[in-house]
Amino acid sequence: MTKQFTLNVNGSDHTVEADPDTPLLYVLRDDLGLNNPHFGCGLGQCGACTVHLDGKPTHSCQRPISAVGDKKVVTLAGLGTPEHPHPLQTAYVQEQVPQCAYCINGWIMSAAAFLRDKEKPTDAQIRTALRHVKCRCGTHMAILRAVKRAAAMMG
Amino acid sequence: MTKHEKPASFSRRALLKAGGALVVTIGARAAIDPAHATDGATAATTKPPLTPDQLSSYIAVNADGTVCAYFGKMDMGQGLSVAIRQMVAEELDVPFDRTRIYIGDTDTSVNQGGASGSTGIQDGGKQMRMAAAEARRILVEMAADKLGLPADQLTVTNGVVHATSDATKNVSYAELIGGKFFNVHLDWNGKYGNPLYAPGKAKPKNPKDYAIVGQPLPRDDIAPKVFAQADFAMDIKVPGMVHGRMIRPAIASAVPVKVDESSIADIPNAKVVWDKGFLGVVADKEWDAIKAAKQLKVEWSNASPPFPDQATLYDHIRQAPTRKREVGKQTGNVDETFKTAARVIEAEYEWPFQSHARMGPGCALVEIKDGHVTCWTGTQKAHFVQTGLASILQVPQDNVHVIWTTGPGSYGRSDADDCVADAAVLAKTVGKPVRLQYMRDQGTGWDPKAPASIHRVRAALDASGNVVAYDFLSKGFSRIDVDTNGSQPKDTLAGQTMGVALKSGDGFGFPGDSYGFANKRTAWETIAPLLDRASPLRSAHMRDPVGPQIHFASESFIDEVAAALNMDPVAFRLRYARDPRDIAVIKAAAEKAGWQTRPSPRKDQSGDTVAGRGIAYAQRGPTRVAVIAEVEVDRSTGRIWARKFFVAHDCGLIINPNGLHHAIENNVVQATSRTLWEEVKFNNKTVTSVDWRTYPILEMPEAPEQVDIVMIDHPEIAPSGAGEAASRPVPAAITNAVFDATGVRIRRAPLSPANVKSSLS
Repeated sequence: MTKQFTLNVNGSDHTVEADPDTPLLYVLRDDLGLNNPHFGCGLGQCGACTVHLDGKPTHSCQRPISAVGDKKVVTLAGLGTPEHPHPLQTAYVQEQVPQCAYCINGWIMSAAAFLRDKEKPTDAQIRTALRHVKCRCGTHMAILRAVKRAAAMMG
Repeated sequence: MTKHEKPASFSRRALLKAGGALVVTIGARAAIDPAHATDGATAATTKPPLTPDQLSSYIAVNADGTVCAYFGKMDMGQGLSVAIRQMVAEELDVPFDRTRIYIGDTDTSVNQGGASGSTGIQDGGKQMRMAAAEARRILVEMAADKLGLPADQLTVTNGVVHATSDATKNVSYAELIGGKFFNVHLDWNGKYGNPLYAPGKAKPKNPKDYAIVGQPLPRDDIAPKVFAQADFAMDIKVPGMVHGRMIRPAIASAVPVKVDESSIADIPNAKVVWDKGFLGVVADKEWDAIKAAKQLKVEWSNASPPFPDQATLYDHIRQAPTRKREVGKQTGNVDETFKTAARVIEAEYEWPFQSHARMGPGCALVEIKDGHVTCWTGTQKAHFVQTGLASILQVPQDNVHVIWTTGPGSYGRSDADDCVADAAVLAKTVGKPVRLQYMRDQGTGWDPKAPASIHRVRAALDASGNVVAYDFLSKGFSRIDVDTNGSQPKDTLAGQTMGVALKSGDGFGFPGDSYGFANKRTAWETIAPLLDRASPLRSAHMRDPVGPQIHFASESFIDEVAAALNMDPVAFRLRYARDPRDIAVIKAAAEKAGWQTRPSPRKDQSGDTVAGRGIAYAQRGPTRVAVIAEVEVDRSTGRIWARKFFVAHDCGLIINPNGLHHAIENNVVQATSRTLWEEVKFNNKTVTSVDWRTYPILEMPEAPEQVDIVMIDHPEIAPSGAGEAASRPVPAAITNAVFDATGVRIRRAPLSPANVKSSLS
């Protein structure tokens, strides 16, 4: 049975009807038209669906809408805009990071939370922090450059 | 930055507004307007047929003078669309930012082969360059007529044709043809796909005059993706669309014998689509479709697919009857020379099945309306998919419109084309547009696989240690068990599960090198697939098809011979490499790495962590790459860190060094992943590599510390492929470095911790 839920996404409240067990990913994509989180594995293994819940990187494919509550949801679209970009978005464009770009929600949303909490991280700290995010095209070198560039902009 | 217009908002036969000026009537077949004829050149107010022999099929000029390029290949994220725009802008003498490109749409481009074999620039760019040069020639002729000056006294600057001696005597492209179409015949070679070539009369520019080609221009598709404004194929929605999911058997080759539709009766509007072995569900909501696919009660036939124990896979390949044998280069008399050799060195190498394992599994949207079919897909080959859809849906090809939209990575014949065919069957059956996305286990477990193989190599040495004969044989599953595209139902899971006649193709490959051994033979043999129909181990093209496995063997073996002769691996290669460009990349990589001449292995290390360096090089078509890897091996865990790479790359003329640099770097990292981690696991029922835990790939902590790249530019040599070439030498470069570090030669990929640890013990 569907129920009504109110979600705060990228600063605005939205009311949706959904089965309580529906993963947040499908509500964002199909009900709210926020296509940026992607389905990659549905298993919490790759990061392509990552959003922030109250600032914490979360696999939206693993979080039922009934377990979102009043936590504030931020997607890649809510992280920054061309006019007011997040430093990681600026760095991603400057470093020309992605190949296919399907994975970028995982990297940018994970790295954004990491850089918020960790000033001037070392190379090893960045690698460890991002160890569970997948990129199949092999853009890891450019990702490292971009995260370091963003860290410098933020630090 | 502008938000990309959603492809979903284009309706078939609608008007495509390019740059807000030119209105291209897609697919119009109206007669040309003779009023616009000028001598030698014709402008038309309606578009000539979209055929390869028409200039308008490649180039158009908007009313505001911006230039549209229509390209029948795709950019899978390597910056090809920027490179093509550079080539077009260069030949037409228009500023780069006054060009637009439309790619992979069957209504606006001809079949140039799609993404295929790293031919985007090599073949696709060559055609676009000739078309743009011809467009310029026509425009200059039109200007000559209009200005009353001979064409050879005219120059083009920024899209304005003017007298060379007096820039005030001028007319712009926009004034000459803006908003109308070229109606100019090209000398088409009659071929479609990669070999399509249709030059005009124009001679293209001399590369020494290039101002735009060669510039490191950035990609403009990155910002929309980073700001979540770009649609991927999986993001397209159309009104009335339902969501589909497929159901695959737990035991390969099993087919449904009973399907209990009542088991999903509680899911709103969930429907079953079942035809022989084809089984899928649709529902209005995506989560409902996923739940229905899980919940549906299905009774499957008894099945026991002929899969060997994984541990005996390579024995199976050795013992399986050869279905086709092909001999490549053959010089001298190999067999006789081996009989009289002073010494023979032999080795055998093994490479596993690998999965594309794209970041997202296949996804396609198919809409069938009034006999017309529209499909959005991340396929590599939209035009071939058009043919496949026409076949599986039994409609004329002209009624099928395929719109390529960027997808989740693309490295060959992945699950993308299977997904289109499955979506088409679902859409036809339920009478609604269907967006079908596979689940992770289907993307990894059921995609076409890079073939597993063994490689036997031997070298004959004379008494002085010269290599006098060389014999290389690959034996493995075919690279075209299913074909490189989905143009025929037999090559898709939909066709195979519904029982169409099969025809498995045979193909493998040869090493690409210029080693000048006096007696030399290279050959391959293919064997039948383990399971002929709807197999999760059907084999097909995956990035640098069979290149990594062949050169894992050939370049490991060269190293083995060098070591046997106590020779430095670079010096040994330089002793036998004959092609000057091959020699140049080997030397350039060695110089970049600061290579110290000495034989492998090192014998000066103790402790758990040891380091080593290794080189490998290869030709891939006209492209040459040498790769030096520096690795660390933890002998206690078997873990390898491929810490540094030094790459020298020669693909002729460099169109865009920015795109090239990323292409090389990403190839190196992905190939490192394939070398160290990737192996499709299976049991006697099915493939058991179904997610990122069971099919691990390289993760960030093991990304290299450094990838240094030397890009050798040869403006005098036609540009050749760079999309895959750098993948080719990486496996052997790493393996040779592991040998240098440990003294142990590993001949089976992947060099996973378990494999390395057991090899070292």
